[in-house]
Amino acid sequence: MIEFSHVTKIYKKTFTAVKDINLKIDKGEFIFIVGKSGAGKSTLIKLLLREISPTQGIITYNNQDINKIRKRSLAEYRRKIGFIFQDYRLLPKLTVYENVAFAMEMICAPSKNIRREVPLVLSMVGLSDKAKYYPDELSGGEQQRVAIARAIINKPETVIADEPTGNLDLETSKEIMKILAEINRRGTTVIMATHDREIVNFFQKRVIELKSGIIIRDTRTGGYEDEPEED
Amino acid sequence: MNPKKIKYIFKQAFKSMWRNRMMGAASIGSVTAVLIILGFVLIVVLNVNNMAMVAKETFDQIAVYIAEGVDEDQIEEMGKAFREIDGVMAVAFQTKDYALESVKKDWGEDAILLQDLRNNPFPDTYIVQLTDVSKADEVIAKLQTFEGVERVRYYQDAVNTLIKLADFVKRFGAGITIVLLLISVFIISNTIKITVLSRQREIELMQYIGATNGYVRGPLILEGIMLGLLGSLVAILLIMLGYSYTINYLAGRYVALISGMSGYLVGVEMVLDDLIIIFMTIGVGIGILGSLVSLKKFLSI
Repeated sequence: MIEFSHVTKIYKKTFTAVKDINLKIDKGEFIFIVGKSGAGKSTLIKLLLREISPTQGIITYNNQDINKIRKRSLAEYRRKIGFIFQDYRLLPKLTVYENVAFAMEMICAPSKNIRREVPLVLSMVGLSDKAKYYPDELSGGEQQRVAIARAIINKPETVIADEPTGNLDLETSKEIMKILAEINRRGTTVIMATHDREIVNFFQKRVIELKSGIIIRDTRTGGYEDEPEED
Repeated sequence: MNPKKIKYIFKQAFKSMWRNRMMGAASIGSVTAVLIILGFVLIVVLNVNNMAMVAKETFDQIAVYIAEGVDEDQIEEMGKAFREIDGVMAVAFQTKDYALESVKKDWGEDAILLQDLRNNPFPDTYIVQLTDVSKADEVIAKLQTFEGVERVRYYQDAVNTLIKLADFVKRFGAGITIVLLLISVFIISNTIKITVLSRQREIELMQYIGATNGYVRGPLILEGIMLGLLGSLVAILLIMLGYSYTINYLAGRYVALISGMSGYLVGVEMVLDDLIIIFMTIGVGIGILGSLVSLKKFLSI
């Protein structure tokens, strides 16, 4: 479904962020992309979101070269992917409900559907009783759950999360992970970049490890304990 | 487009304009400045062209002023000789008294001012009608050689000067207008840039979500349009007030000297409709262009 073939990204002609990446991700997989900061995790995600283009190589999504998508069709492509940020990126002046509904409004979903879907998704992430709260009235874990609800409200095929538990403690992180696992169980491909070893070890999913822009490990199910010097 | 989207676009555009009102005022001011200069140029060119046209119709002839003290026989001789010149179609004599009377008639009530004249300041004049304008120079040269001719006035010269003047104003005005136009586009694009930056998180989020283009670009383009439109409305108001004031001022002050003025100057109401359309189109155009320049640069994700 997603395929990187010989993908290299060089910034400013000198800094090689990722080098000769070959990667195949099937529909319905749950994948951890791990590595230290600077290893190339974010570059990989940005490439996949087509925020940046590769210097070399081809990235395909459903057999379509994503770098051949025209600018006007980019929005359509991005709707196939729900993106979760480390810092939640909720709109502070909107309530929980409105933040989630925002994603539907932005793609011109009918009001009827919005009124039907938003409560369902909020209940899935366990925030039904907080619908009228504003982001700054919520804990970090709750804010991230709102962000997840927003990412999945338009039923994307793939969810990409960039360090979604980076700002959270272990217990809260596990709750977040449970939700991501549930999303995956319902058939959505989940790609998660993290350097949180405990989380990765706890879940035992496919792990792709990057080091200095190169894939040094791709394990079907596994942990992330090989490099004890990791922070 | 659904009403929700329109509401969102308008709400965001107005919010940004208010939040960013200093830059907005600068943008509106720059559009107003461009359009006022443009309007000034247009009005001057229009009037000069109009004057030239009116003058052409009235003065397609040569006036030969006869020197003081030339006696009637001599004048008659001159008339005959003038008729002989190649290129002359007709010659008519106008006495100095006739000239004074006709001026008095033109001035109407203000003719009282002329009552105290001790001497008639107007010369006896031959009006020479040409067969062909192209022969003007030749004929004038010949007329000037006659004794007793004080001065030869050919109004075509004045007409040509007017046309040249209009041409100069046109070129000069076009140059300034283009420079100011670019400056306005730049200022508006900067205003929109500030909006993009102040809403950066929201706009980025929208791009990640895959928001339709209307949601992302709509408010920004609308903001540019509104700024351009407001600038053009201010310019229309100022130009119209300024122009009608100027016309009234000239009419009030110089009515005696240029009594036929209404024929030479183009009235406010004559240009109003066209000016409104031109200004609004250019204003909106500058706004859209400014927005697009900014969007191209700053909507990078």
